[in-house]
Amino acid sequence: MNFSILTNNIDMFLEGFKVTLMASVIALIASLLLGAFIAVLRIAPNKLLNWLGTIYVEFIRNIPLLIIMLFVYLVFNFKGLTAGTIALTIYTTAFIAEAIRAGILSISKGQMEAARSSGLTYGQAMRLIILPQAIKVVIPPLGNQFINLVKNSSLVAVIAGGDLMYQADLISARTLVVMDTYILVAMFYLLLTIPLSLGVGYLEKRLAKSN
Amino acid sequence: MMNPKKFFKMAVLPAIAALILAGCGNSDTSSKSGSSEKTGVLAKIEKEDKIVFGVKNDTRLFGLKNPGTGEVEGFDIDIAKALAGEILGDESKVEFKEVTSKTRIQLLKNGDIDAIIATMTISEERKKEVDFTDVYFDAGQSLLVKKGSDVTGIDSLTGKTVLAVKGSTSSINIREKAPDANVLEFENYSEAFAALKQGKGDALTTDDSILYGMADEDPSFELVGGTFTEEPYGIAVNKGNEDFVKKLNEALKVLKDSGKYDEIHDKWIKKD
Amino acid sequence: MDFIGAYSADHLTFLLNGFWLTLKMAFIAIILSFILGGVVGTLRFAKIPVLSQVLAVIVEIIRNLPLLLIIFFTFFALPEIGIKFKEVPAAIIALTIFEAAMLSEIIRSGLNSIDKGQMEAARSSGLSYFQALWHIILPQALRRMVPPTVSQFISLLKDTSLAVVISVPELTHQAQIVYGQKIGYLVPTLLVVMLMYFVVNFTLSILSRRLEVKRT
Repeated sequence: MNFSILTNNIDMFLEGFKVTLMASVIALIASLLLGAFIAVLRIAPNKLLNWLGTIYVEFIRNIPLLIIMLFVYLVFNFKGLTAGTIALTIYTTAFIAEAIRAGILSISKGQMEAARSSGLTYGQAMRLIILPQAIKVVIPPLGNQFINLVKNSSLVAVIAGGDLMYQADLISARTLVVMDTYILVAMFYLLLTIPLSLGVGYLEKRLAKSN
Repeated sequence: MMNPKKFFKMAVLPAIAALILAGCGNSDTSSKSGSSEKTGVLAKIEKEDKIVFGVKNDTRLFGLKNPGTGEVEGFDIDIAKALAGEILGDESKVEFKEVTSKTRIQLLKNGDIDAIIATMTISEERKKEVDFTDVYFDAGQSLLVKKGSDVTGIDSLTGKTVLAVKGSTSSINIREKAPDANVLEFENYSEAFAALKQGKGDALTTDDSILYGMADEDPSFELVGGTFTEEPYGIAVNKGNEDFVKKLNEALKVLKDSGKYDEIHDKWIKKD
Repeated sequence: MDFIGAYSADHLTFLLNGFWLTLKMAFIAIILSFILGGVVGTLRFAKIPVLSQVLAVIVEIIRNLPLLLIIFFTFFALPEIGIKFKEVPAAIIALTIFEAAMLSEIIRSGLNSIDKGQMEAARSSGLSYFQALWHIILPQALRRMVPPTVSQFISLLKDTSLAVVISVPELTHQAQIVYGQKIGYLVPTLLVVMLMYFVVNFTLSILSRRLEVKRT
């Protein structure tokens, strides 16, 4: 293994790592908020809202992230990294909305009725009673979505976003050392995803036990 | 807490596996996988009675795919056909494979193509990987900007964003010649030009030959500042095929002497 | 925006040709990754010493890497150690490796979801371990695996778009060529490409929901 690739280009690897991490974290937070919103739309007692939520989820889930990314980057006035983070958010929101919806549906209907009859509005009941319980069920699938998000962030390389994958392309083109560069970059990705995947596995086990 | 055995299984083993993988990578790069076809490319060409050229599909005037016909058209294409005409006696005995700056050397090494004629600059770095024919086109790196841009040449790029293509010599040159410019690199020229049109950068840099094609396509763009490098184009062939390189050079000479080369040149390249 | 120019018959045929390659690649990769994923998932379920652990490590590494990296690796890095593929096979192999790792997990958890008592009962009635697996466990597990497997296939179909980075002339690549001609074609082309992916994937997801409903 040619570790001089790592030492000679450490600035680029670290810059890429930082960008990948940043894009993933920002997109995660944004898609958690949007995903929760869409999930509530999908189960709200209003047909129109249901439809809006469903259309969003079904449309986005069924088209490739790369197309969304090219669209956001080329059609709107954003830089590569911004466009990439927005596209990641749009895409991940659809999956997170589904995970949250499934979590909410797993909480019994009786609880909503009880909360409503004790005088809470629909929104209050959702926020104070249902969502806190749903979060526990939803955390492992959300963890999986975060892993996907980190992996998917590599597409930012295609729109010159400066992430890990982009830096790897530049390093391998300049040095003509391809395999070692990509193995190093793989290790950087595993550094992020393996701990997440271990954490999700642990939470899943704990949840299975508590049920 | 996670038990230590589980941790070992899930975390340490992947690391070990990755290291083993890395080890393999190293031991084999030293043995250098440069092409070692025993038969030789020329023998293969004569046997199959056709030459497979790697060409660009996104470079107007040199190699551009026409979505109407599905055919690739341009200067490189016509030269390749003329070369086949000289070597195999029939201009139709060619096959074109579409390549990008990033994929072309790999495809040549894989044996998917016999030669690259794809706006490829002869450089010392590349000579370590492949062999080149004589120069068949003299290009030079330049800048394409929106008409009226305040970028007037290589010296006015400080703080500007320049777009380039991954794996091209121009992306490396521009960093040397304009160290204060911000360089963004894309997968291919259609992506890079789309990005320029959408205002993602102040200038696009590559060989003037390619930029002329873009300015030809969209007249609201122009070349500025002349050329700041020399980019002699050559046809690339896998190492160890001197006989094929010689054949190509002879054919090129015939084309130049007969006026056929000038005819193709004038058809595609407009002198301003 | 030039919708009329962008949607000329030539362009649409050109795009559909690309989509046809997308579908073919996805289909081949689906079959291959189901076979590979099935073998790996079953071997991991069977808890064969050493082999199961080694597979676990490999699956865990692949699942945690970006597909884009695996595609680059297959096409650009493997030739350094003498393993060479053309673009389309390289893309199919990379997709298969990635999706097989995902599918093996689906298959393993499908097998795990079948009550352990059934295996014991089958064994005590004289079947060997693999006979019991094949005749008793697998058929039940397969039914439970259908919905997650179909959604994995939808992912795979979407993932074929990444092959654009190694110049495979699939749908996304053809789209770049069409909108590369004229910027007015950009939005119309991307929209029609979205529609093509959507129609096929949405149909698949409805199909999977039907199967799910039937089962319950």
